Formats: sequence, C-alpha cells, structure tokens
Amino acid sequence: MSDIERLRYDVVVVGAGGSGLRAAIEAREAGKRTAVISKSLFGKAHTVMAEGGCAAAMGNVNPNDNWQVHFRDTMRGGKFLNNWRMAELHAKEAPDQVWELEAWGALFDRTPDGKISQRNFGGHQYPRLAHVGDRTGLEMIRTLQQRVVALQQEDAREHGDPEAMIKVFAETTVTRLLRDGGRIAGAFGYIRESGRFVLFEAPAVILATGGIGKTFKYSSNSWEYTGDGHALALLAGATLINMEFVQFHPTHMVWPISVRGLLVTESVRGDGGVLRNSEGRRYMFDYVPDVFRAQYAETEEEADRWYTDPDHNRRPPELLPRDEVARANNAEVKAGRGSPHGGVFLDIASRRPAEEILRRLPSMYHQFKELADVDITKEPMEVGPAQHYVMGGVEVDPDTAASIVPGLFAAGEVSGGMHGSNRLGGNSLSDLLVFGRRAGVGAVAYLDSLGDARPAASDADLDSALAEALAPLERSGGENPYTVHAEVQQTMSDLVGIIRKEEEIKAALAELEKLRARAANVSAEGGAAYNPGWHLALDLRNIMLIADCVAQAALERQESRGGHTRDDFPEMSPEWRKIILVCSLDGDRVVVKQEPMVPMRTDLLALFDTDELKKYYTKAELPPAGEETG
Amino acid sequence: MGEKVELRVWRGDAGQGQLTDYQVEANEGEVLLDVLHRLQATQTGDLAIRWNCKAGKCGSCSMEINGRPRLACMTRMSLFAPDEPITITPLRTFPVIRDLVTDVSFNFAKAREIPSFTPGPAVKPGEFRMQQVDVERSQEFRKCIECFLCQNVCHVIRDHPENERPFAGPRFLMRIAELEMHPADTADRREIAQDDFGLGYCNITKCCTEVCPENIKITDNALIPMKERVVGRKYDPLVWLGAKIGRRPRHDTPKVPGAQG
Repeated sequence: MSDIERLRYDVVVVGAGGSGLRAAIEAREAGKRTAVISKSLFGKAHTVMAEGGCAAAMGNVNPNDNWQVHFRDTMRGGKFLNNWRMAELHAKEAPDQVWELEAWGALFDRTPDGKISQRNFGGHQYPRLAHVGDRTGLEMIRTLQQRVVALQQEDAREHGDPEAMIKVFAETTVTRLLRDGGRIAGAFGYIRESGRFVLFEAPAVILATGGIGKTFKYSSNSWEYTGDGHALALLAGATLINMEFVQFHPTHMVWPISVRGLLVTESVRGDGGVLRNSEGRRYMFDYVPDVFRAQYAETEEEADRWYTDPDHNRRPPELLPRDEVARANNAEVKAGRGSPHGGVFLDIASRRPAEEILRRLPSMYHQFKELADVDITKEPMEVGPAQHYVMGGVEVDPDTAASIVPGLFAAGEVSGGMHGSNRLGGNSLSDLLVFGRRAGVGAVAYLDSLGDARPAASDADLDSALAEALAPLERSGGENPYTVHAEVQQTMSDLVGIIRKEEEIKAALAELEKLRARAANVSAEGGAAYNPGWHLALDLRNIMLIADCVAQAALERQESRGGHTRDDFPEMSPEWRKIILVCSLDGDRVVVKQEPMVPMRTDLLALFDTDELKKYYTKAELPPAGEETG
Repeated sequence: MGEKVELRVWRGDAGQGQLTDYQVEANEGEVLLDVLHRLQATQTGDLAIRWNCKAGKCGSCSMEINGRPRLACMTRMSLFAPDEPITITPLRTFPVIRDLVTDVSFNFAKAREIPSFTPGPAVKPGEFRMQQVDVERSQEFRKCIECFLCQNVCHVIRDHPENERPFAGPRFLMRIAELEMHPADTADRREIAQDDFGLGYCNITKCCTEVCPENIKITDNALIPMKERVVGRKYDPLVWLGAKIGRRPRHDTPKVPGAQG
C-alpha cells in the first residue's frame, strides 16, 4: 500500500471540461480545498469541440426572448420528458452565467450596439446562442481555465503557493470511488505520466466526466468519452436515468472515412445552410412532425423570408430539433437519395457569400479544406448522422446536483434529466455552466453539514481498487483491449444505433454478454507509465457497463421519442411520457426499473397551450384540473 | 485494403530511446493519427501518444513529422511520397515522458506568471459594451488551441533551455498581446512583456506563425505590434519630453493587476 500517494482535499472534481471547471471555481471561491482531475491536459477537454454556441435568453438580438420562452423550447426539444425543474433553473440562470464568463475575459461576437451577439439554432424560437464564430467551446474552456489561473495567482499571493487551494491533476484518471458507510470517502486513480496510484481523500466528489461516445463506432466525441462518470456513479451505488436517449447529431462529415463522425456545426443551418438530397430537393419540408407543424414554414419562400423577418414568417424546417433532422437524413439515405459517400448534401455555398461563410464558419471552412479538399464556399458538404451526446446520466437533485449517494454530485453531460429525450443545440454549454456552478454550491453545503466527521476509505476497498487497476498489466496472454473495444463499438452502432428494434437490441445484449467476458480478460503489454493499452483496458469496464445500460433501457421503452427511435414502436406514447427508466447495479449486473415522472409544477404547465400539451400528455394529466396524475 | 507505409517512430523514455521501424496499413483519406492508432491497436499497444479530439481543435497530438512540428490529426497521408518512410519524433524543445509524449508543463507555468484579465472595477457582469471590430484583434489570438508547436519551434528556446527562464515563448507573448488589446482590460503589461517575459529575444523570424495550425499571424499581429507598443512607450520623443517636463506620467498604469479603468 506504500506505493499509493494519499492526498487530502475537501472537494474532488472528476473532469476538467466546462462543468468541472465551473464547479471547481465555485468550491474554491467558497474556501474549499479543491482538486480537479483531468484525463487530458488542462484546457483540452471535450468542451473545446463545442462549436455553435451557448444558449441563454439574454434577448440581445430579439427582445421578445425571456426565460419562459427558453424553458418552453427546451421542454419541446426534450419531448416533455425533461426534468422540468432543471429546465427551469437552466433557462433562468443561463444569462448570468454567460455574463459572468464575459467578466472573466471571454470575448463573444458582438451585436451592432456592442452587446453579446446571439445566433439562431435548431429548436430555439429566437436567436439565442452566444457564440464566437464556430469555436464557442474553446472560448468557454479557455476562459474557465484562465479563471482558475487567476484564482491560483490570488492564492500564490495569499498562501505563497498557487496550488494551495485549487490544483489541477492533468492526465489523471479515476477508476473507483470509495465509500464509508454509504457516504463518499474519496476517489482512487492513476497518474498517466508515471503510472503511480493516488487516493484522493475527500468527502465530496463532483462527477463532470462528460459522455459515452466511445461506446459507438461513429461519434463526434473525443477519446475521453468512455462513460467514466456514468460507470463510477453506478459502481458507487448511484442511479442513472434516461440512458436509452442517445443523440445522433444530424450533420457530421462522412468522407474521407477516417474523419467520419467529425462534427459539422448546426450553425451552418442556423446561418442559412439547407439540406438537399441527390435529386437536389430541399427535403426537410417533408419531415415536419405534427407536434411542430404550427411553428415551421411550409414553403421555401416562407422559410427564406424568416432569416430577415422572423416575426412574420415561420422557421425553416432545417432548424427542427436534432432528432428530427437526424432521422430525416437517415431516411433519405435509406431511400436511395443519398450523396456518393452515403450522406446527404448540406449547402451553404449557394446561399451565402463566400466572405460571410469564412467569417461566420471559419473552423468548418478549415476542416473541410484540410481534411476533404472541399471548399464549402463553392460546393456543398456531404454530411450524415453520428453519435454526439447522451441525454441520460446520473439521477440528481435539480437544485443541488446531488445524487442519491451522500457526497456524490454530478453536472453536465454525465448528469441526466435536464434535456429529457433530446437536447437542443446550444443547451449543453449553458447546462455546463448552470449546473457546474450548482454542483459546486451543493458540494459546499454538504461539506458544511458534515462538520468534522470526515468519512474514511477502508484499506480493504483500497486494496481491491488497486488490484482491479493492476489486473490488465499483470495478466498475460489475455486478449487485445483494442480489438474488444472495436467490437463493442461495432455492435452498438449496428444494433442499438439511430433506429432500433427489439430483435436487434436483443442480439446486441447477447453479444454484449460475450464481450463482457472477453473485456474482463484483456491484458495490456508494457508497463504502467503512459501506457494507452492499459488505459483502454481499464476504460473498457466503463464502456461495457454503459453499453449494457443503453441497450437494456432501449429494449424496455416501447415507443419512439427524441433520441430513442424504435422501428417496431414508431409512435410517441403519452403513457410512456409518464415514465422514466432508472438503471442501477444489482451485484455486477445492470437492472432497469420504471419510475413515475414527477408532475410539472402548475405555474410552469400554464406556460403551454392545452392544445400543445394534448400532443404529449394523457387526458388525465391535462389542465384545467390543475393537478396532473402522472 | 490500403497500402503499407513505413513509419520510423521514436520509442523510449526520459533516459534514452531510438527510432523503431514499423510497417502499417494506410487507407485513402487517412491522417497520420489514424495510422498511428492502427499501429497501436495491432502491433504495439503501449505506444505512448497524446491525443484527444482528432479534429484539430484541442492541440494535443503535437509531434515532429519528418522534422516538422505538426498536429498528427491534421496531417494527411497524401502529403507523403508513397515509398518514403515517415519519421515521427516527439517535440524537441520539451523533455520526453515516453515515446511521442513530452512534458509540456513549462507552458502551464508560464501561463500562471502573466497578470490575468483585469476589467475596470466599475463594470458589472452584463454591462460590457464592445464593438465587433475591437474584439476581433484579441479574438484572433484566442483561436489558439495551445498545441505549443510555436513554443517548440521557436529558436530562442529550442536547444536553448537556458532561455526558458527569461523567455515566455510566442504563445504567451501572444497572450500578453491579447490582454493588451482586449477592449475591457485595464492593466498595462508592456514593461513586463519586455523585462519579465523576454519580448526582446524575439527577432521576428516568423517560425511560430509558419507552424501555427490555426493560421494565427502570431508575429505580424501579436508580437510586432507588442514590440511597437513597448518601444512607443520607451522611446517616443513626445512621451520622453512629456515625462521630462512633467506633463505626462512616466508610467501610465501599474504593471500588475489592480489598475483603475
């Protein structure tokens, strides 16, 4: 045990993207000693890949915008399966969070009167996304990173040590959370550079590990997205909700094959780009579902007028929520009207002048030019859906981000509920800030309630965490972890992807059963210092658990809604809207249970027309009874 | 199935290492990082590579490819002649951790020495008003993905570790320029740019600009204007005269945070 370094902190934040850094800043500002664990270098988390913007109803571009409109859009986007309290807090608090970033040095694009500019995006009624060209995530993470540095400079002046109160552990991975009588006592992990093991002794852990993209073959997510926080939470006794809802963003590069899954920002459509099939038809008009019929244009002329006169025209259908557009793109390809490399055409070249495209979409121009020899100011892009986001995650209390395990908090993509069955573009960056901050506040309040009674990890738990981490290095002759990982990804993409059906999901579960045994028997060649094969072998445990959650929940939910489309149950069912699926561990097996949705507060329900609610709710739930029975 | 290519990859650690030859399959349209991943998955599972987004946005997979500093994820295989081996080595300016991974902590230490963004104390969040034309100068520098290729290529510290203390490198001199040109910042970093961060060491050979994967004009738009600001302050005859006769202060703002707007 002597080779495990023990470090004592008040709060350990696992993950150093937008939500992790925002949570850490909050904890440090409340005077708590805070450790930030980053799987990559400081400032390189998946947040850098966010392009389009950060949704906040500031009303800078259209003064009619306010939190109620944002709330309504978010609930519609999630098909009313959202945790309405989270959606409410998010819509109310997002503007302050964006302004706070500006006060920390962020430089967003401007309106003519010098305010933060806001752009249109799918599912948002008004221009709402604060942005910096198409690199908004980079601006956000850099600002938070520089805010952490500013706090460290303060600490250097006050304590003589910049890392006295907040320290970033770069290239460090947590493999187990440790508990004491059910409460969080610490986090165990390894430092990549040296392969040394660390025990972070802390009564509060905030999970901010992002998503699960590396469970799928074609994903826009970075390598870090192996569902670590989801799995750590399950293993520590917490619950996951909504795991069947996986967002397949409609537009990613499809060619060359090596960049398949590279994101093409929704801003292309927000800024005027349209989708066409091989016949040149602007097909999205054919795919407007009944629930959105009233809000979307029916002719190209009306849609085109909307860009300059949004008050008197309805929105172009290219700006439907992502799940709708992804299904449409998928259907066009299946119907044989796809592009040469199995995608559809996204055309901005014929719609906007080259200089405007270069100014508003510089990263997209660069990306297509460098990687595909395509000049997007002259020719259309070939795009198709790929895995982008997971709506499901740790079940948390909306106000404090607390999970059911005392001392364990979760924020950002790893938490569940906020986005319901489908996330609107732009609502992720704002989610990170709003709930990152709230998780920090929640952890601080929990710490203050503990007094001096700090839980302590047991030696037995530490021993088994160490043994688990060392196993792939000590095992010889086992299978190659890269091979097993590739097969899991293939299985999930083929059988639990954008369109699902019972027999395929069952086949996936059978395949996962076999893969689970193989994953438990992989071995990693080489030593413990910076050894990616070993790291993947350890990540595989998490990937397998999460794949199981997604597949089991997908089998259970017999309807189609948001990021869960069942070929065998194509309709959205008001009965299923009343139910959320909760994953937990029973021994080492994932079990899925149905739980009732908490009925929406009546003042929030009153923000919607009864006619609209009828499309989602059962009769018994509708006003004017005032109280729903769901 | 694709062609085989020959990779000569530096393997080793802080102690020592050598180039090792591998034959790896490469397919049409691939980038070097794809081929390195295939090498890792099929032949050498413990090959240390630092990468993250594989989309040119995070700046992790910096390495030297046939001697040129590049991001592996943005280096297309079509760049190379089919029969020539491709030599891949770690960044030379930073200490090797293992294989292609280097210790870049120097950069994070420098970042912490630069006085942070200092808005005027009277401006409250939500009250900032800035024009697009005024934010664009700093926005260009904030495109930086911190790949540290400019730091690696800069001859002031490449092969000259003795200069690492007095010189912050192009990335962090550009950070100073970014703050200096930020419309809402009120601090003055001109003296420290010269005295503490070594702006004078830069003799504008533009190697940093040449390797920048974000195409930021580091030298022309950040370093030269910054030099002009420093010089303007020191040698402008009007400033000199003003200071001499007491009409202008010698220093317009204090050099560390806390300056008033």
